[in-house]
Amino acid sequence: MSVHPVTEAELQAYVDGRLPAERATEVAQHLAQHGDDAQRVAAYRRQNDALQAAYAPLLAAAVPARLQPGQQRRWLLPLQPLLQHYAVAAALMAVSGFAGWQLHAYVAGERTQTVYLARIAAVAHAVYSPEVRHPVEVGADQEEHLVRWLSKRLGTGLKIPHLAEQGYSLVGGRLLPGERGPAAQFMYQDSKGQRLTLYVRVSKEAREQTAFRFAQENNVGVFYWLDGRLGYALSGETDRAELLRVADAVYRQLNP
Amino acid sequence: MKLPASDVFAAQAMQYIPRLRRYARALTGDPSAADDLVQDALERALVKQDLLREGTDLRAWLFTVMHNVFVNQVRSAAVSRTVQLDDAMADRPQPQSTDRLEIRDLDAALQALPEEQRAVVLLVGLEQMTYEEAARVLEVPIGTVMSRLSRGRERLRRLMQGLPETAVLKVVK
Repeated sequence: MSVHPVTEAELQAYVDGRLPAERATEVAQHLAQHGDDAQRVAAYRRQNDALQAAYAPLLAAAVPARLQPGQQRRWLLPLQPLLQHYAVAAALMAVSGFAGWQLHAYVAGERTQTVYLARIAAVAHAVYSPEVRHPVEVGADQEEHLVRWLSKRLGTGLKIPHLAEQGYSLVGGRLLPGERGPAAQFMYQDSKGQRLTLYVRVSKEAREQTAFRFAQENNVGVFYWLDGRLGYALSGETDRAELLRVADAVYRQLNP
Repeated sequence: MKLPASDVFAAQAMQYIPRLRRYARALTGDPSAADDLVQDALERALVKQDLLREGTDLRAWLFTVMHNVFVNQVRSAAVSRTVQLDDAMADRPQPQSTDRLEIRDLDAALQALPEEQRAVVLLVGLEQMTYEEAARVLEVPIGTVMSRLSRGRERLRRLMQGLPETAVLKVVK
C-alpha cells in the first residue's frame, strides 16, 4: 500500500502520464489492488486514444478557403503592400481603394494565386529565419528523411536543391500550412549565417510554367515561379541580384 | 522581424488552424458548425490581437478566444440544443466494430456530455494540454479542471459502455 492515499486527481494525472515517476509507481501499485480503479484508468486511456484516432484526419485536411488569411476580408488588408508591385493593382487601388483589390482579383485570378504564393513565402521566411533554437523541424543531417517526409505530405516527389556552389548550406526544412494544404519550407544559410528559404507548394491542377517574378515585402525579397503543379518561392533579406543568382541555380537544379 | 505585426500574427495563427478545427469538430459534433466556430474565433482574434501581450502562448490564447465564442453560442442556443441531444442519444446505436460507427458513437457520446466537461475532456485528451493550460484556456481554477475531467471521463465511459449514467464516483481513499 502507498503511504499517501491516491486521490482522484492523481488517477486522472496517471491516465495522462503527468505524474512524477515515483508517484506513478505508487499509483500503479494501488491499481494492482483496486480493480475498479484499474478498469477506469484503462477505459480513460482508451478514450484518449479513440479521440486522437477519430479526429486525426482533420489535422492533415486542407483548410477551407474561408478560414485562410487572404480569403477573409480582414485577413486581406495586409496584402496591399505586395500588390503595389503590380501596376494594374496599384492603379486600381489608387482609384478605388479596397474595391480595387476585389476588381483586381476578378480580373487576374490566376495572378492572385501567385501573388499569394510570394506573400505567404515572405511571411514564412520572416517568421522562421530569425529562429535560433528551432529554425527547422528536421535538420540537414536527416536530409533523406526530410525529403521522404515532405514528399509524402505534399503528395509529390520533392527535390532539395544543393546550393554549396552558391555558398549556401542546407539547414533543414519544415512542413507549413499552405493555401490549399501542406507546403514545405527549406532553409539555407551562408558562412555568415545569412539565411534564405525556399517555399514549395503543390496545387491540384497543372499550371503552365511562369517566368521568375520578384516581389519585395519590406526587407524580404522573393523570387517566385510556377512549374507545373509546383509553386516555388525563394525568399531572403538580401539584395535582388544575389537572390536572383540563387533562384537561377535552384531552377536549374530542379529542371536539369 | 521587419514585417508588420498583423502579418506575423496572421502567419502564426494560421499554423494553429488545423488544431482549432479539430477541437471545434469534436466540441460541436458537426463539421460545418465547427468551421463556423473557427471562422468566428479567427475574426475575433484578429480584432483582439492588440491585446495579445508578447510572450503569451498563442495556441492557448486562440483556444481561449474560440472557447469564449463557443460558450456564447451555446448559451444563445441552449434550449433547442438540449432537446436535440436527448433525442439523438435515445436513437444512439449500440457500439459496433466499424470505425465509422465508432466515430459517430464517440461524437454522440461527447455531445451528451455537459459542454463544460466536454471541453476539458477534449483539451486534455485530444489537444493534450496540461491541466494548467486547460485551466488558462477555460479561465477556471485548476481544481475545477480536475473535477470536470474526472466527471466528464466517467460519464463518457458509461455512455460508451452502455452503463447507467447515474453511478456516483466514489472518492478514492
